[in-house]
Amino acid sequence: MKGTALRDAGIAAAVAACLFVPIVGLRTEPGQTGALALQPRFGLVALLVAAVFFGRLVIIGWHSRRRPAAGTKPRFVLPEVGRYAAPALLGFALLLPFFPFTGRYELDIGILVLTYVMLGWGLNIVVGLAGLLDLGYVAFYAVGAYTYALLAQTFGLSFWACLPLAGLTAGCWGVLLGFPVLRLRGDYLAIVTLGFGEIIRIVLLNWTSLTNGPNGIGGIPRPSFFGLPFSSGNEPGSFSHFFGVEPSSVQRVVFLYYLILALALLTNWVSIRLRRQPLGRAWEALREDEIAARALGINVRNTKLTAFALGATFGGLAGAFFATRAAFISPESFTFNESAIILAIVVLGGLGSQLGIAISALVMIGGFELFRDFGEWRMLIFGGAMVLIMVLKPRGLVGDRTPTIALGARKTIDAGLISQGQG
Amino acid sequence: MDETRLVVDGVTMRFGGLTAVDGVSFTAEPGHITAIIGPNGAGKTTLFNCITGFYRATAGQILLGDTALHRLPGHRIALAGVGRTFQNIRLFGGMTCLENLLVAQHRRLMAASWFGIGAVLGLSRYPAAEREAVERARAWLIATDLLERADDAAGSLPYGAQRRLEIARAMCTGPRLLCLDEPAAGLNPRESATLSELVRAIRDGSAADADPCSVLLIEHDMGVVMGISDKIVVLDHGARIAMGTPAEIRADPHVIAAYLGEDEPA
Repeated sequence: MKGTALRDAGIAAAVAACLFVPIVGLRTEPGQTGALALQPRFGLVALLVAAVFFGRLVIIGWHSRRRPAAGTKPRFVLPEVGRYAAPALLGFALLLPFFPFTGRYELDIGILVLTYVMLGWGLNIVVGLAGLLDLGYVAFYAVGAYTYALLAQTFGLSFWACLPLAGLTAGCWGVLLGFPVLRLRGDYLAIVTLGFGEIIRIVLLNWTSLTNGPNGIGGIPRPSFFGLPFSSGNEPGSFSHFFGVEPSSVQRVVFLYYLILALALLTNWVSIRLRRQPLGRAWEALREDEIAARALGINVRNTKLTAFALGATFGGLAGAFFATRAAFISPESFTFNESAIILAIVVLGGLGSQLGIAISALVMIGGFELFRDFGEWRMLIFGGAMVLIMVLKPRGLVGDRTPTIALGARKTIDAGLISQGQG
Repeated sequence: MDETRLVVDGVTMRFGGLTAVDGVSFTAEPGHITAIIGPNGAGKTTLFNCITGFYRATAGQILLGDTALHRLPGHRIALAGVGRTFQNIRLFGGMTCLENLLVAQHRRLMAASWFGIGAVLGLSRYPAAEREAVERARAWLIATDLLERADDAAGSLPYGAQRRLEIARAMCTGPRLLCLDEPAAGLNPRESATLSELVRAIRDGSAADADPCSVLLIEHDMGVVMGISDKIVVLDHGARIAMGTPAEIRADPHVIAAYLGEDEPA
């Protein structure tokens, strides 16, 4: 055991030496004459190689301690923690505006995080439950945002009238995308959805007469508190006048915060309910084995389309919220980067896991803000954290699956047994 | 005409220049176990895929009672009353046994839940329908001796149990004809014997209070085939070379030459 560990660490150190000698060990500096002079730094190389050697030993030791000889799988504590984590997170989210340390900045981050939580949960229906890899989810976010902006500006409809319309429009686009990709699986599906996302963005960019192109749409109406607008003047009919409080810009932010919280919880509630319904089980069955699902009389086409439509609807609702919060939208906000971030949230959180996705959105979006002081090092920390999660928990933070129904006690299903879907 | 008689009439299946099944005709009588046997590559599974809607036959027709199966799209065939299992087991591995059996009752539950909308809102007669579905699943878990594994992931079951679960899942769709593709493959003799009992019980309607169900069977295990079949169809190179009772088949010179083999003199 000890011998193999030493040999393993030795090999790692040798590989590191091969890499570090040319990369780190030899450095070129401009000399006095202006020509490049070679400056060897072998001390540094020795240090790095030693670090690799001992680091490898530590990793081997840790692995052998984690894996007892009996072949039992190491249990990760998250499921047990999860029972308390979800209510705790919900309580924290509900009370956030009332904490003494919460200012305008914290609320804004909260709104941002919750928007991504909602998008993650929406995409989870498509990717996590139905197993359809969608790389163009941001398209529905854009459709929702532009639907609200255009309806509100052209017809003067209020936010509350536009919200369901935005969801509906995005849902229709979901079906529209769904039809051509029904027969595609895996990589092909991913590429077509990616293209769809780009098409929507490019149309928004070029259809200047409708969308004002790259200049975007500004002056989008803010939401009202069920008909009572938030305004700085204390005029009759405004929120502050009606409730007899001092007008303050924080009121609107708090309202927006609770609005996105409610929308996110709606997404969560519908997902959780549907998962326990025949439709949700059919989605998961499609992810596990499409052919077997068809042999059991499940209409594969309709089931896939409902997943696309529902996921897109929630994307559209989030988009409408985004438009009303920012009051300005342009195609800049709906690049592929957004799709990638949302997908990363879902994958890192664990496909199909509501709690995992919420945590990973909090870490990815909130954490990214938290490290703002680190400047350019932020990306390094971020990338390192992602690699770490993928090494330690390759199926996401919460990769296990809780059965939707049980005769006796529910046993969590190990991530290794769960299929990730091929199409 | 009895509504569960399966009539396969002149079915031909071509893949490009290859004729996998060539004008095969037979009937599977209601309440009978009909076996299809033949050497590897004889076209058994292709014929099966035509009957269960995974392939569309190039020519010929397939009738279950009055329903023309060869005209229906894939998922409608299951709704018409044809349940099937797969040669290489296709369970929903990440879902529990119970969930697997509930997915099989999708259609019934979906209708009771008003296609999902009513059930999300907590309305409708969905809870009662789900209780009924769980009871049916429980009955099949008992019939296949899997009750204590009900809440385990299907993918974690041992091989023989997965085979039984797949049969239970097919039966939960409430079929009139059950198509089994090599159900005894990889089973040990004791498991094969249990399987034979189960298939017989399914035919007679004595398993899990279900209605009697005709069975169509592809199998290489001659012990199982000769033991339980009421009728055997023998295919070779895509064509039917014999049809009859197990005793007739065992004596048929064509079958012996093509498949069963002659007893070599010692």
